[in-house]
Amino acid sequence: MRRATSMDRSPLTRATVLAALAAMLGLVLATVGPGGTAAAQTVACAPDSGTACITGTLRTSAGQPAVGVALEVAGPGGEQQVTSGPDGRWSLPVTEAGQYTVTLDEATLPAGETLRDPANNPRTVTVSLGGVAAALFPLGTPTGPAAPSGGATGDGDAPPPATGGEPGLDNTVPGTASGGGVNWDRVAQQASAGLVFGTLLALASVGLSLIFGTTGLSNFAHGEQVSLGGILAYVFTQLVGLPLLVSGAIAVALAAASGYLQDAAIWGPLRKRRVGMTQQLIVTIGLAVTLQYVFQFFFGAGSLRIVRSNPETVALGPILITQQSLISLGIAAAALGGVSYFLVATRVGRATRAVSDNPALAAASGIGVDGIVRMVWTIGAGLAGLGGVLMGLYLNATAWNMGSTLLLLMFAAVTLGGLGTAFGALAGSIVIGLVVELSNLVIPSDMRYAGALVILILVLLFRPQGILGRAERVG
Amino acid sequence: MDWERILTLVAGELFAPTTAAYALAAIGLNIHFGLTGLLNFGQAGFMLLGAYGFAVSTIAGYPIWLAVLVAVACSVIFALILGIPTLKLRGDYLAIVTIAAAEIVRIVGRSTALTDVTGASSGLRGDSYKATFQALSPLGDGSTALGPFSYSNSSSNSWWLRIVGWLLVALACVLVWRLLRSPWGRVLKGIREDEDAVRSLGKNVYSYKMQALVLGGVIGSIAGIIYVLPRAVQPDSMGRPMTFWVWTILLLGGAATVFGPVIGSMVFWAVLMLIKTVMREVVPSTVLRAEQIEQFGWIIVGVTLMLLVIFRPQGMLGDKKELAINVR
Repeated sequence: MRRATSMDRSPLTRATVLAALAAMLGLVLATVGPGGTAAAQTVACAPDSGTACITGTLRTSAGQPAVGVALEVAGPGGEQQVTSGPDGRWSLPVTEAGQYTVTLDEATLPAGETLRDPANNPRTVTVSLGGVAAALFPLGTPTGPAAPSGGATGDGDAPPPATGGEPGLDNTVPGTASGGGVNWDRVAQQASAGLVFGTLLALASVGLSLIFGTTGLSNFAHGEQVSLGGILAYVFTQLVGLPLLVSGAIAVALAAASGYLQDAAIWGPLRKRRVGMTQQLIVTIGLAVTLQYVFQFFFGAGSLRIVRSNPETVALGPILITQQSLISLGIAAAALGGVSYFLVATRVGRATRAVSDNPALAAASGIGVDGIVRMVWTIGAGLAGLGGVLMGLYLNATAWNMGSTLLLLMFAAVTLGGLGTAFGALAGSIVIGLVVELSNLVIPSDMRYAGALVILILVLLFRPQGILGRAERVG
Repeated sequence: MDWERILTLVAGELFAPTTAAYALAAIGLNIHFGLTGLLNFGQAGFMLLGAYGFAVSTIAGYPIWLAVLVAVACSVIFALILGIPTLKLRGDYLAIVTIAAAEIVRIVGRSTALTDVTGASSGLRGDSYKATFQALSPLGDGSTALGPFSYSNSSSNSWWLRIVGWLLVALACVLVWRLLRSPWGRVLKGIREDEDAVRSLGKNVYSYKMQALVLGGVIGSIAGIIYVLPRAVQPDSMGRPMTFWVWTILLLGGAATVFGPVIGSMVFWAVLMLIKTVMREVVPSTVLRAEQIEQFGWIIVGVTLMLLVIFRPQGMLGDKKELAINVR
């Protein structure tokens, strides 16, 4: 029983997708109006009904005050700079409530000092008038996310020291925040973050869905293709020293090549041997485990920052967004648009959809099924690599387990959209992205991925074929 | 190279509590996959729920039998929640949902919002929930050496835990052995081979699958208790990798066999220990750091899993003709 893509089936669907793409492009092209810059102030701040304070105290790892560290605060009240005083304290008055991004300039830290948690810079604080919001930056040796070793080594009594966690799960993304009340500004802020996250997620899930559509394989190693993209970008920017754009392009090209090689070396021969789908599924899991530990073996269990500079934020109405995210959104939308055009309007794209619909019939009508599958693997892995590069920039760091953390969100997106439908994966990803970021408003941010997975289960309960899937193929 | 020390360490792994816990978990998975053909990729979720259920209720002051009952109840409810939406669908949906549900358990458990109950990502200290189990021990205090193996009698990684753990493994083996030969077990095997044929005989396939999912999950939750008794409840060490090791163990030993999971678990941990200790002796620390040797061990496990599934899906003890793993 083959599943089918329903891309051509409903013009409404295509219209929806195009509208979504247009909306994303519109957001990218929207005016980039920076907020008014206020004069730098170092006076001590006292909150009253019309002002609020953002304050903090910086201490070196030895406990001494860190003097003269520059910080920048950006938010609805404009942009302000401040430096820490002789006692390590700094404070800034602001006259508008809302979310402020506090960025610490690492170059101005006292000699030998580093941030204990580089992923936490810049950090976002929520300010209400008449209140004081603290933005603390602990200094000391960086503690990257440690690996959940997953093994049964060390039969110790005490729990090991608190391990860090997972990229995107424990690090707050610039421009998002958790907790606090629900108001329209926050909803808009989280929705825009969700749109960016969903679009980047879509890059990865479209490949997953195409592979499932043409081969019937649920590829549990697709997350590692995403990690691979991020890690390659890290290698070429940080270790080789190439500019970001060049290294990103190389990373995507290498990721696509890895997809081609993977199909040539593993999946093609397995199809020839007629190895069953369940067996192949378990092989993808073995591959995922292998790749995860290969990444750890070479790059360690900590987080890897693709770029070290801090992204600049711009304000679009009530929304704060980093320039980097806007550019990423543009690149992702262009890539997804390209894939859509390819699938809908080119001969090879039509052949791909034919294979997806019914491989036997496609082969009978003269389509080279193996060639199409090889190409789908290449495109899928390339898109996942691009998603990994952009996601690594968006989450501020990449790591060996970035992809495996995102994999379940991809599956949720693909299932929500309808397994095997490329446009379903796109729509599903954006819904999942919105759910993940908007659920931040009501549940703690470290639980936000759980919300998306609950949706996955609910979809299977009520509409297992997904939004765009066909009912009859289930069961 | 100190072969005596290495061989002692390797032999110690053969009957370690962790090996028993993984064997139990693999027996539970065997009921899911080996007998019924269900693709459960969330066995670590059952184990983590069992561990949480036991530890949290013991800390709340419940007696041990009630704490175990709470753990079992948690896994039954979890199995029902997983089974209701997915058991009517194709096999790989169950795979996706179980792996997602296990992650939900882990993400919720490690969330800072539940720090008071679960201790968030740093987990629950072993000392806080071990007392009731150790109080049951008839072995008393002190430690005993048996040949080269010296462990404490009752506390933590003890002889008492080994005895209880392996007794449970033996009980579970007897259970599977009886089930394989019972009418109920034959229906399960029928579902694994051809669901529609069983349905045409008037059997309620959905209900049978659900019973298998619950039973395997309960065994998984008890495995979780055994797993955390010598250590701490740590959500991040009971994530997806744990599920994948359980699968490797089951496929290594042989699915749909009585002793496959037990042999698989023993071989898995002993060989892993052998590789790691030999590498630590042979490879200088300037070439590979200690954690790299650890990671190298897991890389070997991943590659083994791939090769096993492709070239010997029946494992060490299985019968290739009996087990046709495939999605229906």
